[in-house]
Amino acid sequence: MSDHDEDEAVTSAPSATATADIPNVAGTRGPSLGAPLVEFVLRLGDDRLVLGHRMSEWCGHGPILEEDIAMANIALDLVGAANMFLGLAGELEGKGRDADALAYFRDGVRFRNALLTELPNGDFAFTMMRQFLFDAFSIVQLEALAACSHADIAAIAAKSLKEDRYHLRHSSEWVVRLGDGTEESHGRMQRALDGLWRYTGEFFEDDTVTKAVAEQGVGLDIGAMRARFIALVTDVLARATLSPPDDAVMASGGRVGRHTEHLGHLLTVMQSVARAHPGASW
Amino acid sequence: MAVLRTVKDPEVPVISVVELGIVRNVQVADGTVSVTVTPTYSGCPAMREIEDDIRSALLEAGATEVHVRMVFAPAWTTDWIGEEAREKLRAYGIAPPGRAEQGGLITLTRRRTPVACPFCGSSDTRLQSEFGSTACKAIHVCNACLQPFDEFKAI
Repeated sequence: MSDHDEDEAVTSAPSATATADIPNVAGTRGPSLGAPLVEFVLRLGDDRLVLGHRMSEWCGHGPILEEDIAMANIALDLVGAANMFLGLAGELEGKGRDADALAYFRDGVRFRNALLTELPNGDFAFTMMRQFLFDAFSIVQLEALAACSHADIAAIAAKSLKEDRYHLRHSSEWVVRLGDGTEESHGRMQRALDGLWRYTGEFFEDDTVTKAVAEQGVGLDIGAMRARFIALVTDVLARATLSPPDDAVMASGGRVGRHTEHLGHLLTVMQSVARAHPGASW
Repeated sequence: MAVLRTVKDPEVPVISVVELGIVRNVQVADGTVSVTVTPTYSGCPAMREIEDDIRSALLEAGATEVHVRMVFAPAWTTDWIGEEAREKLRAYGIAPPGRAEQGGLITLTRRRTPVACPFCGSSDTRLQSEFGSTACKAIHVCNACLQPFDEFKAI
């Protein structure tokens, strides 16, 4: 991918707001949200589906054979986790939609993934930094969910957590190797971090959905999760001689369906076969 | 169970789905067999095939109806693979998994327990990549006999 794509990825965030609590003001398009628990599980599934698809775009383009295989493996794990979460979301919704229906037959505004996951791959540095930030968030999130009182969510979280541990080990090692590498690799990693950091705030938003599911037994201590994420990330970044920028404003919108323009392009590719042949099985 | 012992993992055809530890429960009532399985890796593409294999093996063995149900908890661990199956893996050229790490912190330093080469038995081996030909394997190289080999990852 060209540098142009990368620049585009980090500069085209939609309206940056500090909170995802969007009031329904007359004359503005308010988010149309479903039942909180369904919304919450869709977020879990969509993060992994969209990032998994991005990772799969590297298949056949990896810098070395082992890395190509590693990225395809990680993509597979993420899509597998998405399949479980979306399957559960469909059951909870109770309208007969399965994981495939949710993945292939929803349009962009119905997707609930964090904006970070949909950003184009950019160069290898950008992809690995994005993966590292997501892995760190995902581990913190799944650890918390594995202990929550919703049995189905806890089971999927515990299962995915095992896989996320080696994802994070893999991405951390690249962050350190490249960050503390040559002048060129260091510069690319720092640039990736500068562009991506503003998308990490969305991971820890406490909005109407998280507040509502907390009352249903899926309460997460978001402050503690964020502190653990910062500790984990700061440690690796320090070893990598990288430092996060002082971003005062964090990008937001993905959780209520307000995405960057990149998601539509991704979905066009991801959904094309299923939409061209609805109902087909292979 | 005897029938299920003949259903092999399509990716590792020397061990059965029972030895792999993914068959969690089997109930038989009037020719109807209900099998509960748990996936190995969440994205393992062989799971669908394994379900189909289980179904057809049981139907062939005389079951009138077969239900295969998927459960996610408790999450599968390679610790459920028995000693005999580990020997079969080794004989097949795949280093069997070590003990699964229980949670804990994320460390940058990988576990240093050497993985013995399934071909010459040497412990002088190096990890080439944590990701191999299938989701469940890592690639190592033996410094003694120079043979690259797969390791069944411990999770």
